[in-house]
Amino acid sequence: MSSTDISLNKDVHHAHDEHDHHHDQNFFEKYIFSQDHKVIAKQFLFAGIFWGFIGGFLSIIFRLQLGWPEATFTFLEPILGNWIVNGKLDPEFYLALVTMHGTIMVFFVLTAGLSGTFSNFLIPLQIGARDMASGFMNMLSFWVFFLASVVMFTSLFIETGPAGGGWTVYPPLSALPQAISGSGLGMTLWLISMALFIVSQLLGGVNYITTVINLRTKGMSMTKLPLTIWSFFLTAILGLLSFPVLLSAALLLIFDRSFGTSFFLSDIYIAGEALANTGGSAILFQHLFWFLGHPEVYIVILPTFGIVSEVIATNSRKPIFGYRAMIGSMLGISLLSFVVWAHHMFVTGMNPFLGSVFMFLTLIIAVPSAVKVFNWLATLWRGNIRFTTAMMYAVAFVSLFISGGLTGIILGNSALDIQLHDTYFVIAHFHLVMGAAAFFGMFCGIYHWFPKMFGRMMDEKLGFIHFWLTFLSAYLVFMPMHYIGIAGFPRRYYSWTGFDAFNTFTDLNSFISIAAILGFTAQLIFLFNFIYSIFKGRRATANPWHSNTLEWTTPVNPGHGNWPGEIPTVYRWPYDYSKPGAPEDYIPQNVPFSQTQSSNLPYERDLE
Amino acid sequence: MSTSTTLEEPKTGTWDGGNEPLKASYGKLMMWFFLLSDAFTFGAFLIVYGLSRHSHLPYTGRPEDFQFSTEWWPIPEKVFNAFPGFHGVDLPLAFVALMTMILILSSVTMVLAVEAGHRMDKNDVQKWLLWTILFGGTFLGCQAWEWTHFITGTDEGMLMADGTRVFGANMVMNQYGPPLFANLFFFITGFHGFHVTVGWILLVIAFISTVNGVYHKRGHYEMVEKIGLYWHFVDLVWVFVFTFFYLI
Ligand code: HEM
Ligand SMILES: [Cu+2]
Repeated sequence: MSSTDISLNKDVHHAHDEHDHHHDQNFFEKYIFSQDHKVIAKQFLFAGIFWGFIGGFLSIIFRLQLGWPEATFTFLEPILGNWIVNGKLDPEFYLALVTMHGTIMVFFVLTAGLSGTFSNFLIPLQIGARDMASGFMNMLSFWVFFLASVVMFTSLFIETGPAGGGWTVYPPLSALPQAISGSGLGMTLWLISMALFIVSQLLGGVNYITTVINLRTKGMSMTKLPLTIWSFFLTAILGLLSFPVLLSAALLLIFDRSFGTSFFLSDIYIAGEALANTGGSAILFQHLFWFLGHPEVYIVILPTFGIVSEVIATNSRKPIFGYRAMIGSMLGISLLSFVVWAHHMFVTGMNPFLGSVFMFLTLIIAVPSAVKVFNWLATLWRGNIRFTTAMMYAVAFVSLFISGGLTGIILGNSALDIQLHDTYFVIAHFHLVMGAAAFFGMFCGIYHWFPKMFGRMMDEKLGFIHFWLTFLSAYLVFMPMHYIGIAGFPRRYYSWTGFDAFNTFTDLNSFISIAAILGFTAQLIFLFNFIYSIFKGRRATANPWHSNTLEWTTPVNPGHGNWPGEIPTVYRWPYDYSKPGAPEDYIPQNVPFSQTQSSNLPYERDLE
Repeated sequence: MSTSTTLEEPKTGTWDGGNEPLKASYGKLMMWFFLLSDAFTFGAFLIVYGLSRHSHLPYTGRPEDFQFSTEWWPIPEKVFNAFPGFHGVDLPLAFVALMTMILILSSVTMVLAVEAGHRMDKNDVQKWLLWTILFGGTFLGCQAWEWTHFITGTDEGMLMADGTRVFGANMVMNQYGPPLFANLFFFITGFHGFHVTVGWILLVIAFISTVNGVYHKRGHYEMVEKIGLYWHFVDLVWVFVFTFFYLI
């Protein structure tokens, strides 16, 4: 065992020597148009953090409006220009804000930022590959995403404003430029940006899938893969099969908007004038959208399933409980996620029988989800828990996932959904189970793999403060929303003070807004910690968490090609923590059984 | 477990890593997965077609009395019955059958090109690629004619309630039936045609590279194989498009 440790720590501070075997790369090849998966991962991470702050900032603006509907916000005038008149937010701008907040968070942060970062960074490192199957396509994937980002970002600054029809862009609202100003140029840019985004996702996705299939190192069978890899693999498959359907919907919508077709339009009067469109169906768009949309929520959450499993096992110093059940439940969730989309459409006039079929399928998802939760808890149970920042995020993830998942079971009942649909109850549900949980998973991953990414540690004290503030504000923001949601408080309303029923919630709404501002401010601590640690953080060792997976067998700053010498061979699964009889409480995957006689089990190799 | 050599060695089964478990290079796998996702794009369009059509009334009268009308979905044989050079003759589906034949032929020649690649026979690859390019180009030409005819329309057009006549088709209106009929025709055959065009350009590039001996120097004709996969896929999609638009 100790022999591996020595080889692990050998090249600690000589990372630059690595480039000897490569031709000299100039600045552009190395940092901008890089084909190295680690650099591309960081590019996605930086882009994701950038978008995260934009998306968060937009939500603070609309939370101000919701929390203090009667107030005037003259101090925002320098930033918002014509969107704010005499301190009053333009109602259509409010709609644009929620639309862009949703789009940015779901797609640009929690899809591209999350999968883009961790799939890129961890797949080659953890399966023992020098790089992705195609470095070039990987680079292309980032740059197409970058282009999509530029288009989306530009749309924030155009005169008629960005898209305003909600992140789900339902027609006819989104299809008719004359409907609201947000359905004009802003919507066109939204569609262009999303089409590019989908192309980027597909380029990335085929790469992740083929890399996992073809580039695993010797001995790395599918059942020795860390759960992270399984989760990224399934995420990529979900994306590959569902994003094309959104592409179809987007293309059809583009035609309806720009070329006079009637795919989603029929019998519409606007400003007292009848439109020529006939024969189309707006509901059809919803079906296409949610065929992507529901798998999409799992595209967001699956990677964090993997990250959290890995971090919980490592920091409980225990094998993950139910490794195969974890894989099985992820497979089950992935499969089911394709057949439940209509639970978003219970109140569209759907046949009640069909509704009950979708209700049944939806509620089945609770089973594999519960299996995962039980396994995480069982892994924690009587573990030697080390509360690193990453670990706290992982545990909090489980908490948020439970809280948000429970309300999913309520919403999944088609009869209850009649009351709850389009209220703040839904907002609370998905912000806990997807929004907050995925963000926590992402933070968990960043704190955990930061040493491998940048060769330095993040500050634990700042991490601790960041964690508690974020955790508290997440619950303080979303818990009260359940309450007002059950009372029928509708989502996407600019102003609710005109309704007597909702006036009693003024205090609660201000409270939520204050908590949201607190939570947003706490992210500045993270930003500071992140940037500061890149340059000034404590230097990391090669395997600071005493982890088993292969990425920790590389030098502190792995060069292009990841391992200076030969790629390690894999002998065991990644969760040999605290194995009875072993001298240390971890045995990395590349240690052969011949070196661990003292801890080998008699039936060791039959278990593989 | 018994001897130390088995402890020293990792397992070496099909899925135990260090190999290509599906016996396909990463490039080919990528093409397969791309095609899988593209199949979902087309699948979505065809479902839109099916549902849109289902929400329109079918024509219920006798076929001989069929008239174009926005009230019902037209009978395909009555729409696609023209043939270049046979103006005014009723040849239901003859032209599209010919187009389909040509496209299928191009798939056959593509198979032969890939097979020649396996044999590293540069001349044969060249020959069969050229045939494929020829057939593919002819298909695109046929489609251009078909579209032109569809857009200009027939001599009679469609009689409207106010006594005027509508000729041909555009995105807003068409002489054959409800607007969606032409919308879907343009969109789906157009999207397919776009795929064929892309494939055709790839074929031309592959042909030029073959002539220049690029693949021969590389030692394998895998690029031809990958383009072949794409080409067969596009053909297969056509079979579905053909069935949906022309047969049902
Ligand atoms: C036990 C599992 C779950 C069930 C039964 C469930 C059920 C539902 C239902 C029925 C709705 C529709 C509510 C409505 O609009 O009236 C909904 C909305 C939503 N759920 Fe879940 N859910 C579950 C887990 C999740 C997970 C794991 C995620 C994400 C990671 C998620 C993300 C969302 C999102 C984003 C929406 C709202 C989308 C929108 O309308 O803008 N859900 N959920
Ligand atoms: Cu859903």
